[in-house]
Amino acid sequence: MNGRSALRRALSSLGIALVAVYCLAPFYWMAISAFRRPQDQFDNSVVPSRWSMENFTAVFAGDNGFGRALLNSVIVAGTTTVLTLTVGVFTAYALARLDFRFKNAVLGLIVATTMFPGISQLVPLLKLFTDIEWINTYQAMVLPGLGFALPLSVWLLTAFFRQLPFELEQAAMVDGCTRGQAFRKVIVPLAAPGVFTTAILTFIAAWNEFLIALSMVNRKEMQTATVAISKFTGVSGFDQPFGTQMAAGVIVTVPLIVVVLVFQRRIVAGLTAGGVK
Amino acid sequence: MTETRTREVPPTAKAAGGTRGAKRDAQGTRRLAALLLSPTLLVLALVIGYPVLAGFRESLFTRGETLDADGFVVEGERFTGLDNYTAIFSGDRADAFWNAFGNTSFFTVTTVVLETVIGVAMALIMHQAFRGRALVRASILVPWAIPTAISGLLWKWIFQADGAANAVLRQQILWTADGFPAKMAVVIAEVWKTSPFIGLLVLAGLQMIPRDVYEAARVDGASAFQQFRHITLPLVKPALLVAVLFRMLDALRMFDLPAVLIGVNQKSVETLTMIAWFEASNLRYGSAAAYATILFLYIALIAYLFVKLLGADIIGEARQVKRRARKVTA
Repeated sequence: MNGRSALRRALSSLGIALVAVYCLAPFYWMAISAFRRPQDQFDNSVVPSRWSMENFTAVFAGDNGFGRALLNSVIVAGTTTVLTLTVGVFTAYALARLDFRFKNAVLGLIVATTMFPGISQLVPLLKLFTDIEWINTYQAMVLPGLGFALPLSVWLLTAFFRQLPFELEQAAMVDGCTRGQAFRKVIVPLAAPGVFTTAILTFIAAWNEFLIALSMVNRKEMQTATVAISKFTGVSGFDQPFGTQMAAGVIVTVPLIVVVLVFQRRIVAGLTAGGVK
Repeated sequence: MTETRTREVPPTAKAAGGTRGAKRDAQGTRRLAALLLSPTLLVLALVIGYPVLAGFRESLFTRGETLDADGFVVEGERFTGLDNYTAIFSGDRADAFWNAFGNTSFFTVTTVVLETVIGVAMALIMHQAFRGRALVRASILVPWAIPTAISGLLWKWIFQADGAANAVLRQQILWTADGFPAKMAVVIAEVWKTSPFIGLLVLAGLQMIPRDVYEAARVDGASAFQQFRHITLPLVKPALLVAVLFRMLDALRMFDLPAVLIGVNQKSVETLTMIAWFEASNLRYGSAAAYATILFLYIALIAYLFVKLLGADIIGEARQVKRRARKVTA
């Protein structure tokens, strides 16, 4: 019996190690390639023979415009998140709290819009934005972005709000609060974690967006970070500057990973509540 | 909790006016609901509803120069009915279309199957874990958090001719050139990025199964496999189905990964979204919209069949709560 349980422990540790390696090895490779010197870029050693920051300085070198691209990403993803949550919070509150006809139909409709492929939204908007000269503007990226961010966050928020103890609100009203006060002083603080988690997930989804940002912009200064990195050119213009791209990849990914790790419990709760990407 | 949800009426209102008060309250609730819902519905109608309809309309038009009856060159859009669609299904374009259709379906089936198997395995490992659960839970979020375009670059780097993949496998495979290896590269990269997501959802499902169910099964002499087959699978099925549905919808519109990893306009990995995007970026909006409409119908069909045949219940929770609530009020 003892031997068997020891074996089980060993197997389980092995399994855990396998999962961790599966998830982390490619990311490790990206990070380690970023720290290699450009001349040993194609070294396949597990640890670089000589560490170097050259790739990172190359990321911010003149013609990549990477600083600006990062700023663009922050503006686009940030605006998308703020707009999405401002609109979505009210809808989710209604869906979770109020009882009315067609409630499931409305929720079903909102969820169904996540099914729509981005491209069928993109083609007409591309044409429209060309006509009204919105190409190369932030709004051309933010507005279509709402299309995928809003259903996602309404759904997540609804799942979170359903778990709120609304009887507390009534208890507060019995104790003499008005409806507004009860909402402000009891429900808002309790709902804040769910809203916050949704904001993180929405921000990540918007930050990772590629198709819209790639299509709506053709001027370098307006590119978001993901698009800019994919378009980095090497010195000669022919070979892909992988070292620089890996370094840039580390720069855009590490902040996300730090946020994800700090809030991992919440994020897992959010992902499993919504069952979305 | 369910009881309070159905009783919107604050105690004072209930005391004051019998049925009339309740009626007014229900009306107020409806008005409030409409008020709260309208911004979202408005935004969705503008950024999704309008484009989808406009896209369909667009697919019936063709832009370009033609000669009018007097032999003058006319520029602009003209109504051409289903010409864009028939053009897709005829000649060389038909080959390209069926190739993209085949790739899209192939990617969807292979990645979703592999993701499900690997994801479920991951969830089982994590569920059994004695130590290191926190470590795995953290590391499993890493592939998910990396932007798809960046992971495309990362895998392109790994799959270079003299890159890490060939070094580990001791092979000389040209992964990122055209051909079957390119397909495999896309599948591997996609599965790496998304199977942790399925793992997380299934793990959440597993943690809700009470332990004593397994104990009872063990007492009755069920083997480990029987337990998995008859207890674990049926009980995580709802969570798994929703996860699989979402992965399928996502895989059907795949763009970022093959576009970055292999490149657009490459036969071996061209998906329907990529072919539509390529048309649009060459300003052939009508044809692009036709491709997009076909993809949209394909996705809608798959989603419908999936929900109908397997009974994936996405808004199930809401319905359940409502049913319970109705019972309470009755």
